[in-house]
Amino acid sequence: MLKIAKERLNELYAKINEAFGLYIPIKKAGEVNYHVWGEGKEVSIETLKTVKSPKNMFFPQSENMMKFKTEDKNISIEDMNFEKKPFVLFGVRACDYKAIDVLDKVFLADPVDTYYQSRREATTIVTLACSKPEESCFCKVFDIDATAPKGDVTTWLDDNYLYWQANTEKGEKLTSLVAELFEKGGEAEVKAQQDATKAVIDELPFSNLDLSRFKPENLNELFNAKEWEEMSEACLGCGTCTFVCPTCQCFDIRDFKTNDGILRYRCWDSCMYSDFTLMAHGNSRTTQMQRFRQRFMHKLVYYPSQNGGLYSCVGCGRCVNKCPQHLNIVKVIKTLGGKNDD
Amino acid sequence: MKDVEMKMLERAKALLESGEVARVIGWKKGEFFYDPTPASFETVDELKDFVYNWFCGANLSKYLIQMSKKEGKTAVFLKPCDTYSFNQLVKEHRIKRENIHVIAVECLAKLNIEAIKAQTDGIVKSVDVVEKDVKVVTTSGEYTLYKPEVVLSKCAVCNKTHQVKDEEIILHERPVRDVDRFEEVEKLETMTADERFAFWKDQLSKCIRCNACRNVCPACSCVKCVFDNPKSGISAKANDSEFEEKLFHVIRAFHVAGRCTDCGECSRVCPQNIPLHLLNRKFIKDIDGLYGQFQAGETDEGKTPLTSYTEGDVEPKDVFNGEAK
Amino acid sequence: MTNENLIPKVGVITDIRKDTPDVKTFRVVGLDGKKLFEHMPGQCAMVSVPGVGECMFSITSSPTNKEFMEFSIKKCGCVTEVLHAMEVGQQITVRGPYGKNFPVEEDFKGKDLLFIAGGIGLAPLRSVINYVRHYRENYGKVVIVYGARSKEDLVDINEIQTEWVNEPNMEVYLTIDRPQDDWDGHVGFVPAYVKELGLNPNMTAVLCGPPIMIKFTLAGLLELGFDKSNVFTTLELRMKCGIGKCGRCNVGDKFVCKDGPVFRMTELDELPNEY
Repeated sequence: MLKIAKERLNELYAKINEAFGLYIPIKKAGEVNYHVWGEGKEVSIETLKTVKSPKNMFFPQSENMMKFKTEDKNISIEDMNFEKKPFVLFGVRACDYKAIDVLDKVFLADPVDTYYQSRREATTIVTLACSKPEESCFCKVFDIDATAPKGDVTTWLDDNYLYWQANTEKGEKLTSLVAELFEKGGEAEVKAQQDATKAVIDELPFSNLDLSRFKPENLNELFNAKEWEEMSEACLGCGTCTFVCPTCQCFDIRDFKTNDGILRYRCWDSCMYSDFTLMAHGNSRTTQMQRFRQRFMHKLVYYPSQNGGLYSCVGCGRCVNKCPQHLNIVKVIKTLGGKNDD
Repeated sequence: MKDVEMKMLERAKALLESGEVARVIGWKKGEFFYDPTPASFETVDELKDFVYNWFCGANLSKYLIQMSKKEGKTAVFLKPCDTYSFNQLVKEHRIKRENIHVIAVECLAKLNIEAIKAQTDGIVKSVDVVEKDVKVVTTSGEYTLYKPEVVLSKCAVCNKTHQVKDEEIILHERPVRDVDRFEEVEKLETMTADERFAFWKDQLSKCIRCNACRNVCPACSCVKCVFDNPKSGISAKANDSEFEEKLFHVIRAFHVAGRCTDCGECSRVCPQNIPLHLLNRKFIKDIDGLYGQFQAGETDEGKTPLTSYTEGDVEPKDVFNGEAK
Repeated sequence: MTNENLIPKVGVITDIRKDTPDVKTFRVVGLDGKKLFEHMPGQCAMVSVPGVGECMFSITSSPTNKEFMEFSIKKCGCVTEVLHAMEVGQQITVRGPYGKNFPVEEDFKGKDLLFIAGGIGLAPLRSVINYVRHYRENYGKVVIVYGARSKEDLVDINEIQTEWVNEPNMEVYLTIDRPQDDWDGHVGFVPAYVKELGLNPNMTAVLCGPPIMIKFTLAGLLELGFDKSNVFTTLELRMKCGIGKCGRCNVGDKFVCKDGPVFRMTELDELPNEY
């Protein structure tokens, strides 16, 4: 294990930035999100939850896919998926890292989504262990260890040092690039921090949510539960939960006419939106209850059924914090889940 | 606040038991003490989850569009600012007034849990308010915060009073405060155009186009928003260019101008904390300046500056040239 | 790096046939004059008019047609409206094929087959019917029941009346909703007609048409003694990607674009009723 003094972190960022693009939590206009690092930027890796998860590094909110040129009756197509420059994603928490797994299973499954793949392959991910979890966190429910995230490199931060451990070939490569800034040591400090944090996590209010009823064989029973009506009553039908969620991956594909041809781009979409399933001759989900149900059934039943039991929720708690009317997946799990939810 | 909650609960029970109303709209408790959810209660039994506390910031009036169409009367608890939205929705024929029983309920400003968390360490265990002191207990210790710094942005400069009341539950009178809601707008007005553009660019570039601001807004009561209508030609989610993101908010501000009551829900719900209310407030300030003081939602009838014409109306060119009085 | 799953091919419309007042059949080939790609009966393709949008359509032509593809398209939205206004020679884009096909090489082989279609529902069935005709010896008796609102709304009536009715061991029953001058065929809704015909319940059935027709026809078939596991249908939901990623065409844990559009009725029984 390696360590670097906290006050030298800017040197580390600068060094990484010489060779790679560096995306890191930065405070801008009052909120912390992943941005490109630069001298003078207000880095805030201490921030537990960026508003947007790092998913937009691989699956941007809006992305140009191709361009059409039309002339008379003819059409030509230009692919806009370029080779992506290698970049480092720094400070990813355990929940958000696990969420990338969830996204991989969608985008990298055959047939591979090459737009996602090219960004994914260009990334070296440096994770950061949590030391100050919040009451809205419940990653433990999904067997995620917030104190030992995976990734190409795992780091831990305390008041004095950032501790660094490479896990993969990509991680070793990055380490050799910045090794001169580091000294050896930190095992004891990391262990102590992990133990202390785990004790806090064990006591968090949502750490013992019971998921046992969310199984493919209960699909219809859960779908037909009468509680959906009441649970969704206050839902505004906005996309906040979807867009702050690290695992939501629904997208729309749209065309945009420009002076220089027609851009076909894709953008985040939300199953909470009224036009999500709208067709020219009908709509399979006409009520907000149906749309609300779809979102949670997808995370807790449909996705696991398609992906060997893996849930499409990582317990990051962003929806708990951000839903304007305080509806969230925790309430759904408590209402429809198993017994040990008091 | 506990005494107010008790009184509200008592009234809700009585109204449901007597059959005077079919449902009561209020708040029900969430997972914590600071995350209540708007809810309708149809039986006395359901009222066991009823809550009214320092965190019931949500404006319930927009829910009445649907509720007032249901069978039977609906009772609703409205805070002072919520009653303006209510009036405006009645005026626009969105709410059937005769189906609603308004219980005016006191509000001494609502707290912003994110602001409280930002000023404290550890996990928040309890929050108590004594006058201007907000006493917070967390796993790391006890804190006393200054209330004006941790209230919702919409409450920080509020001097609103109930405009509608079929009955009221007010146990503590709120002192009239010396606040100026246009202070922040004036700050923006003194900026140079470039500075102001930079400010909004920074703010609006955070937008994730979740539409929470629009969906919560009582003035955004179109059955189908033009941005959701595939046939409109401008239907859009996250757009191809950043520029369009900004236009969404500017267009929305124009659309609600003259009808926005300054309820501040847009800023409360924004996941990126964009001060969207400042766009609307700028319109309010300009309307005041150009047409005389006007507050949308003060009544549920009458003409409004932007929907009526008088010979003395300001000339657009004068506004454009900065020569309007 | 290219993304052939989302980036379409350019196709040229080489023929447009007006089948009904609101259905046209478009013949499409690639820029090289050849067929754009191979498919199996029941599979779909994303057809797009750049700048307007992209929609999923079933491929109407049979895979045994080695020269071109055909799409029978009903005018009912933005994209279809523009398509209907197009002329021969116009280029469009096509990508695919998507989805699971009818089990023509598995379940259907050696069986007596019953095809029931309503209106534009004939589009996906035409592909499988012509496939079966091409490999006629592999299948038993074929019965086709096809209905539409009026005789003008029967899609591709020409092929039906000149070719299908003359096919050996193949019966074609046409019906229209209301009586019409110069129509001496059957009048009445498809579900009722199916019951009247007293069909052999040992046939493997394929239903395609509006949801209401499917619902009542299925009930009729079950009354006649058909086994649900031998009845197939196709679903249609909003789609964007066609490859099971954009997340909008699911019914329960199945994506119509990937796991469908062809479903066995017993499979649908296991899914939530949200389509």
